[in-house]
Amino acid sequence: MAVNLFYFLVFPGLLFAAVVGAFLSWFDRKITARVQFRKGPPLLQPFYDFFKLLLVKETILPKHGSPLIFLLAPVFAVFGATMAGVFILLPLLNITTGFRGDLLVIFYLLTIPSFSYIIGALASGNPLAAVGGSREMKLIFSYELTFLLLIAGIIMKCGQQFDLYTIIKAQQEGSPFIGSISGVLLFIVGIFCIQAKLALVPFDMPEAEAEITEGIFIEYSGAAYAMIKLTKYIMFFILPAFLIALLMNGFRLDGIHILWAVLKVLAVVLVITLIRNTNPRVKIKQAIKFFVLWMNLLAVIALVLIEFGY
Amino acid sequence: MGFKNYCFKKSLWVFHFGGASCNNCDIEILDCLTPRHDLERFGILLVGSIRHADVLLVNGSINIRDKERLIEVYNQAPKPILVVAIGACGCTGGLFTDSYTFAGPVDKIIPVNAYVPGCPPKPEAIIAGIIKLVLNA
Repeated sequence: MAVNLFYFLVFPGLLFAAVVGAFLSWFDRKITARVQFRKGPPLLQPFYDFFKLLLVKETILPKHGSPLIFLLAPVFAVFGATMAGVFILLPLLNITTGFRGDLLVIFYLLTIPSFSYIIGALASGNPLAAVGGSREMKLIFSYELTFLLLIAGIIMKCGQQFDLYTIIKAQQEGSPFIGSISGVLLFIVGIFCIQAKLALVPFDMPEAEAEITEGIFIEYSGAAYAMIKLTKYIMFFILPAFLIALLMNGFRLDGIHILWAVLKVLAVVLVITLIRNTNPRVKIKQAIKFFVLWMNLLAVIALVLIEFGY
Repeated sequence: MGFKNYCFKKSLWVFHFGGASCNNCDIEILDCLTPRHDLERFGILLVGSIRHADVLLVNGSINIRDKERLIEVYNQAPKPILVVAIGACGCTGGLFTDSYTFAGPVDKIIPVNAYVPGCPPKPEAIIAGIIKLVLNA
């Protein structure tokens, strides 16, 4: 019991994932600044933002809407992200959970933050938040099948194994899955799915800043917005970590391999950041077409290639 | 109190309220965020929603129609909020003081924490104003 609580609250769970995610979020902002020839924020900027929102600012409740659900939604989002983080990070750090079939649980837990955002946005009673919520729903519909196909590809590659620990072990004993043609295709699909799940720039229509002024988060302020920031930090770490676990060998925690683990996370985040900085925001129709048609096609091609052993 | 205040100073998010502006001040404000001046190194970000804002930047002359909107925006902001009046019009009314639509400078409508005069103020002057605001906050 105590060990489980420690797992959930401190080491691979809430505290660790949030701190690492905050540093990754700083890395993302710094790279963005360097791409635009700016200097960028200081290292502890995400912590300043979080503690300012949590401790200093006032939380305003919507007059028209449901205050209780409005306040509970960010808490659910943190909870879902942390649960998914524990399930992803334990096998990644070579601690077996003994739970066969955790891939599907992770798949469902990873959607909880998005659903919580939608519920919170619709509970705020703001029309722009409703527009953002409906866009987030459409985005979930479009990328979820692609994400499932990615996971199906990994399961096929590993010989019908449904747990993350076995998949990582199979890669560490053999070769990483990204070293084949189908693996590269699945990696491309995975990167775009992460981009949509994090709502970063080509797919940031739910929270389009200039267009619908932060969309789903428009009514959040103070501590409630701090919880949303916390969820974003956690998701910014665990989604690249999930992709590394599925395709790039996971982490090894002995000697020089720790450096490799850090570099792998930074490389995936760098790819995400560069995509975010070199693309405009697409319309929701274009995003649906991109996922339903092109990314699904790519994923199916990868599945066929896996079937033939490439 | 020290830690809270330090975090607040290090992460000021700015909401930009343009009154009946001639757009010169708007351009100079945006100029502060460009590569040459880059206010993000002090943690300053431009946000789209007043709910996320810590600083309310007001520029342009405030006329009768703007007045109620400015009061509404100020009331919607989560406290503590700092108000900065930018440009001659925001600080005193400037050229438009005697105009029949003019509803008074910003500090007659809402409390103001810092003034940045100029028509338009240079980005350096805006940065100097923000530094003074941070040091006194």
